[in-house]
Amino acid sequence: MTELLLEARAAQKYFPVQKGLLFAKTVGHIKAVDGVSFSIEEGKTFGLVGESGCGKTTMAKCILLLEKLTSGQVFVGGRDISKLNGEQLKQYRGMVQAVFQDPYSSLSPRMRVRDIVAEPVVVNRRLSRKELKERVTEVMGVVGLHEEMGNRYPHEFSGGQRQRVAVARALSLSPKLMVLDEPISALDVSIRAQIMNLLRQLQAQYSLSYLLIAHDLAVVRHMSDQVGVMYLGKIVEYADSNELYAKTLHPYTKALVSAAMPSEPGVRRDEIVLSGEVPSPLNPPPGCRFHPRCPFAMPKCSEGEPALVEAFPGHKVACFLHSDKVAQPEATTVSSNGKKPS
Amino acid sequence: MADGNGNTPLLQVKDLKTYLFTRYAVVRAVDGITFDLKEGENLGLVGESGCGKTMTGLSLLRLLPQPAGRIVGGQIIFDGQDILTLDDDEFRKLRGTQMSMILQDPMTSLNPVFTIGDQVGEPLLLHQGLKGNGLKDKVVELLRLVRIPVAEVRVRDFPHQMSGGMRQRIVGAIAMSCNPKLLIADEPTTALDVTTQIYFLKLMRELQQQFGMAMIWITHDFGIVNRMCDRIAVMYAGRFMEIGPLVEMFKRPVHPYTIALLNSVPRVDRKVDQLYSIEGQPPDLRQEMVGCPFAPRCSRVKPICREQYPDEVVLDSSHKAYCWDVK
Repeated sequence: MTELLLEARAAQKYFPVQKGLLFAKTVGHIKAVDGVSFSIEEGKTFGLVGESGCGKTTMAKCILLLEKLTSGQVFVGGRDISKLNGEQLKQYRGMVQAVFQDPYSSLSPRMRVRDIVAEPVVVNRRLSRKELKERVTEVMGVVGLHEEMGNRYPHEFSGGQRQRVAVARALSLSPKLMVLDEPISALDVSIRAQIMNLLRQLQAQYSLSYLLIAHDLAVVRHMSDQVGVMYLGKIVEYADSNELYAKTLHPYTKALVSAAMPSEPGVRRDEIVLSGEVPSPLNPPPGCRFHPRCPFAMPKCSEGEPALVEAFPGHKVACFLHSDKVAQPEATTVSSNGKKPS
Repeated sequence: MADGNGNTPLLQVKDLKTYLFTRYAVVRAVDGITFDLKEGENLGLVGESGCGKTMTGLSLLRLLPQPAGRIVGGQIIFDGQDILTLDDDEFRKLRGTQMSMILQDPMTSLNPVFTIGDQVGEPLLLHQGLKGNGLKDKVVELLRLVRIPVAEVRVRDFPHQMSGGMRQRIVGAIAMSCNPKLLIADEPTTALDVTTQIYFLKLMRELQQQFGMAMIWITHDFGIVNRMCDRIAVMYAGRFMEIGPLVEMFKRPVHPYTIALLNSVPRVDRKVDQLYSIEGQPPDLRQEMVGCPFAPRCSRVKPICREQYPDEVVLDSSHKAYCWDVK
């Protein structure tokens, strides 16, 4: 069937924390990404969901080679991206492009839109001036911008149009994989649908693969084929998008689903309200990282860390509730642990 | 629905117009809105950024950016008195005691150089004249109310020592400190993480049951409205498009903008192939508008829409829309 375009195997990214100025020594590590594995098929979208600080953006940066993995590998098109150099690296950069969250800060205010869209091509390819102009006009047309808009500066555009410029820039090298880091969170409600529709249409047209990073489950559901839910640097649940919503297993995912809000009044599902905050990745809690906030926590959750196991075909979950497929214990009320996150 | 027993509403806003007079142009931020709010009621003010919902909130508290912002027309009757006729000193007695506000970003709405205790205590000191131990006890009590763990120790902490969710709860405690009758929450959870968001909303709901204040929720998120509100007003370009009870608005929206907005939001409970998208951009409020502001983006536009602002169409006593195409 479809081929794997990207595969991450036990990816880890630790940031050292140093103390002292002259004789700085490393006193600990922030485990931003701690053993994350996932894969993206060609032409499909993989959604990475989680709250801020869970490591989803760090993972994206590692894929874009803006950060180097501490350990583990990422394979794109069968090649380990950490071993690329020279011409191959250049090729890789053309193959993988990104669209960032805030089009107000990701576009240079001093460049004309035409030059912004052209820049990746100028850097990575050798095209004549005429070919370059044609390419820019083409990608701008694809994202729904007129050619003459190219002469303007980013500040003359609205948020939605700016995000279109960012998409055009990413498209200019005909990439295979696009990393979309919260591509719509900075946009207005009525504009979000425009950009989501555009991204899906482009995917169908060019069989692009997307790595979509978002915190809103409804958005991820709309866009993704597969979803990974991240909590404190680890994937806690991993499944097909439809499967994940039909059969949510991990308590954290359940909390996210109930946080994604009812879309209609009256539909009040069981709500899981978490108390407390996400603990610091510098000093994650022992055992399951979610257990201090988990309404279903059992004694063994604080002792050992549950592995990511396949509970149903293609549906993985890291939770003791499901690791041995025991019947789900009765829901206890959410306890306020009153602990101060360190 | 939380309903007051009196017949006169707590708040009546009549044809409120708030303009911003900048050096280059006059921005018609709020251009004639009318609504009322009963005691203990939750009204959601929904719209895109720049539609005037925040300016509406700030007008109610007379906190408009100075010197640009001015209320140029209309009436705001709160608890029987027209607050636009009060002078600043008189109004100051009302703001913070009878009506208060929770702002969007708890990172910037708390002062970084004062302790939590100082900031929560300030309205109590100013409005209720509490001092010494009485003040301290009340502050700790308020912090406990918003579930700050070990409140008696954390009163001495500074805002940066608190997480985002705690900070927003502290802002909530400040706003609630003098038992206001009206609380305006301007995008209170936008800066918070999803799971913290729910916790905050649930807490607010409990506090509201305890203290019975009316609330205006300013938001662009239908989920929040859905969870918290009794009625919704949909705003666009400084005007109301539609206002009505929550269930009515979700089940039977009539205004093309409301319908489009509801259809453009992805849903967690089902997957659609394509979202409805509203083409075009919201209008520039610096230009005077003729006709319905939504006309250029509306799929059901008629010639008259471009010429004249629609009259109010009353569907039933509480559900009203402003559209020529609605009967």
